[in-house]
Amino acid sequence: MKIVAICGVGVGTSGILKVNAERALARLGIEADVTASDVGSLAITATDAQVILTSPELVDKIPPTWADIVVIDNYVDHAEIEKKLLEALG
Amino acid sequence: MPLPPLTEATVRLGVSAADWRAAVRLSGDVLVASGSVSRGYPQRMVDVIEEFGAYVVIAPGLALAHARPGADVVENGLSLVTLESPVSFGHAHNDPVHVVIGIAVTTADVHVTGIADLANAFNDPDLVPALSAATDATTAIGLIESATARGAV
Repeated sequence: MKIVAICGVGVGTSGILKVNAERALARLGIEADVTASDVGSLAITATDAQVILTSPELVDKIPPTWADIVVIDNYVDHAEIEKKLLEALG
Repeated sequence: MPLPPLTEATVRLGVSAADWRAAVRLSGDVLVASGSVSRGYPQRMVDVIEEFGAYVVIAPGLALAHARPGADVVENGLSLVTLESPVSFGHAHNDPVHVVIGIAVTTADVHVTGIADLANAFNDPDLVPALSAATDATTAIGLIESATARGAV
């Protein structure tokens, strides 16, 4: 299982999403490799990812992909992240 | 390399900003004043949002302003600005913004756990109003530290 957290520049916000996704996955007992990236590098980093986590503001900028795109409105809402990951992975 | 902790020199409370650009520049100006970045960096923080939109508003009321590493970043830096009146960034869910955290990093592989823990403190809905009411940086830092401890997951 590979998950990519995306932000505009690959610094900071995607890192927060990565950390909180890893913690949510640990609580759910799901093993996955979560990386942080920027939207410009996505075509390279996400070729084998099953799930892309991102902001509602960036969805339109994500290139065509086979991965499930999971939109997180609030990056610090652990319940939202857990619920949406479970829906995508379950 | 972790981000430095917030200090009295890097926290500004109740500042007035006409719009989101001014709010972002204020968080960058604190980084200029503390020596983390040189003068071009605050505009680069604004440029990121011009290019990619308001995704930096990661939670209700909270924006995480930042730009890519660059020659204008001297060392990793962290700042926190609370606004006298909130401003809209144009985010679909998380406007208006009361608090701007400014970040500068020298490399993209900065240790993000610390900044995630800082962001997670804002999972506490009481933190933003409490920060807005705080009148000195020591109080504000204390509020954030206790919310961070409560929010640890």
